[in-house]
Amino acid sequence: MELLCPAGNLPALKTAIDNGADAVYIGLKDDTNARHFAGLNFNDGKLAKAADYVHQRGKKLHVAINTFAHADGEERWQKAVDNAVAIGTDALIIADLGVLDYAATKYPEVERHVSVQASTTNLEAIKFFKNNFDVQRVVLPRVLSVQQVRQLAKSSPVPLEVFAFGSLCIMAEGRCYLSSYMTGESPNTVGACSPAKYVRWQDTDKGLESRLNGVLIDRYQEDENAGYPTLCKGRFEVDDNVYHALEEPTSLNTLELIPDLIAMGIVSVKIEGRQRSPAYVEQVAKTWRMALDRYQQSPENYAVEGAWMNTLANLSEGSQTTLGAYHRKWQ
Amino acid sequence: MKFSLGPSLFFWPKNEVVDFYQQAKESSADVIYLGETVCSKRRELRAKDWLGLAQDVAQDTNKQIVVSTMTLLESPAEIQVLKRLCDNGEFLVEANDLSAVQIMHELNMPFVAGPAINCYNLSTLKVLLKQGMTRWLMPVELSGDWLKTLLNQASDAGIRQQFECEVFSWGYLPLAYSARCFTARSEDKAKDDCEYCCIKYPEGRRMNSREGERVFVLNGIQTLSGYQYNLINEMPALDAMGVDIARISADSTEAFTQLDNFREQLVNPTRKELDGVTECNGFWHKIAGMSVA
Repeated sequence: MELLCPAGNLPALKTAIDNGADAVYIGLKDDTNARHFAGLNFNDGKLAKAADYVHQRGKKLHVAINTFAHADGEERWQKAVDNAVAIGTDALIIADLGVLDYAATKYPEVERHVSVQASTTNLEAIKFFKNNFDVQRVVLPRVLSVQQVRQLAKSSPVPLEVFAFGSLCIMAEGRCYLSSYMTGESPNTVGACSPAKYVRWQDTDKGLESRLNGVLIDRYQEDENAGYPTLCKGRFEVDDNVYHALEEPTSLNTLELIPDLIAMGIVSVKIEGRQRSPAYVEQVAKTWRMALDRYQQSPENYAVEGAWMNTLANLSEGSQTTLGAYHRKWQ
Repeated sequence: MKFSLGPSLFFWPKNEVVDFYQQAKESSADVIYLGETVCSKRRELRAKDWLGLAQDVAQDTNKQIVVSTMTLLESPAEIQVLKRLCDNGEFLVEANDLSAVQIMHELNMPFVAGPAINCYNLSTLKVLLKQGMTRWLMPVELSGDWLKTLLNQASDAGIRQQFECEVFSWGYLPLAYSARCFTARSEDKAKDDCEYCCIKYPEGRRMNSREGERVFVLNGIQTLSGYQYNLINEMPALDAMGVDIARISADSTEAFTQLDNFREQLVNPTRKELDGVTECNGFWHKIAGMSVA
C-alpha cells in the first residue's frame, strides 16, 4: 500500500520523500488545484525540480488538477495537464469530466486518477469513469464507512485510494458549496474553502470572535483554543442549543485501520495537507511510514502506538482526531 | 420559458406528499420533478410508490413528469433502487449522481443532469451529451455571466439545440451532502438510530449564527441555504439568454404561489426588493451566495 504525502512547496516535497513517502502529490500555482493558497504550490520551474527530486529517488509524483474548469478559461486546465505531462508526472489527479476527457484523449499513456473532488462513492460511478476515461485509480471521498469501502473494494474494476490522515472534510467533496454561499469562493471554482482573506478576528466583551465574510463562525472564552474558522466547524444555534452543529474542529486519523485497508486491497493511503508546513509533512510521513513498516514486518502483532497517536493529535485541528465516516457511529 | 417544480427535498408523511402532488397537478408548473434525492432511509414512499405517484400525476395532464434520483449513493442496495427508478420505462429521469448517468447510458435512455452533477464547462457538457443528456441544470453556485458564456459557447459549437437548460430559481439551495445526518445529530442521535426524526421538520431545521442570522437549513445529510434563493428579478435576463426552464423548488405549498409570480414576471416585469434576511440572489451575481445584489 502506497504512502502518498502532500507537498505545497519544494522543501515539503523533499521532506516527504526523505521521510518515507512512496509518492507525493502537488498542485500548480493557480486555481487549477483545490489548495490554491497564497505562497503555495509549484510554478513551471519548481514543477520540474519536484519531478527530478522524486524520480531520482525512485518515487512517484502525482499532480492534482482537481478544480472545475471555468467556462471562460478551459485552456488553463488543459495547459496544466500539458505542463504536468511535460515534466513527466506519474499521474494526473482530475475531477472535471471535461479535463479528464482532454487528458484521456491527448495523453492516453499517462495515468489518470479520479480526484476526491469528483465525489465517486459507488460502483456505477466508478464504472462511468472507467468506461469513459479509462482511469487507473479512484480516490474515495471521506463519506464512506469502512464496511462500504470494503464492499466497494471487492467489486471495483479500478484500484482505490483513500484518505488516511489530515483535516476532515465532512461533506462529499466537490459537492459542497457552503464556502461560496458565504464568501463567493468555493473549492470547485477557486480551489479554496473558507478563504483566509474573508476571515476576521475580533476581541469583544463576549469573547474572541471569528468571522467569515461577516458571519459569526465561533466565539471563544478565555480557556478555549481558537481554531481557523472553517465554516463547517464553527458553533451555531439550532433552536436554543449552541454547539458544533456540523462538526468539531478535528482531523481524520486512520492508523488503526491499516490492517483493514491492506486486507481490502486499497492501493494507496493519502495524507491531507498541501497547505501545511514541511514540519507537519515530516512528522506525518515519518509516523505513517513507521506504522506501515511495522505492519509489514509483523501483521499479526500490529498495534497502534500511543506515541504515534500523540504525534498526530498534536498536528491535528483542535488537537483531536477521529475515524470520521469510516466509523458508522460518527455519521 | 417554462417553469418546473423541483423535487421536494424534505421528508414528509406519505399522505402529505400525495396531497402536495395533487396540488402540483393543479398548479401552473409545466414540468414536475418528484422522487427522493436526499436520503435512502426515507421510506414513506418507496420506489414503486414514487413511480405510482408519477403515473397518477401524469394522468390527464400535459405536464411533463420527471423522476428525480438520489444524490449521494453509498451502498449496493441504494444502487438497486436507483436502477429500478432509472429503468421505469415511462418517465424521464433526473440524474443527480454519475451512477445514474452510467445507468441511463447503459439503458440508452435520455436523462436530465441535475444540479449536483458538476458540469462547469463546454467540454463537460459534451461528455454528458454523449451519454444521453437532454437537459442540463446549472450547478447552483454558478453565475449568470458563467451561464451566458457557456450557452454562447454551446451555440458556437453547434450543440445548443441538443439540450434544454434549466436554472434553479427559487427556494432553499441544496449546498452540500455528507455521510453524517445533521438532523439526527441535532437530536443527539446517530444516523443508524435516527428514528427518521427529519419527518418532524417539514422545512428542515434552522441553523443560525449566535447572532441569529439564518446561516443554513439542516435537512438530514443535506445542508441547504439559510435564505431562499430568489431570481424573480432576473427572469427577463434568463429568458433573454435562452434558458428553457426556471426551477421553483418544492419547499412548501408556497412554491405554487411562486410559480405564478415567476410566470407573471415574464409577462409583466415588476422589480421585487429582496429583504436580505430571508432571501438572497448572490450566486447569480457572482458574489457570496447569501448576499443580495
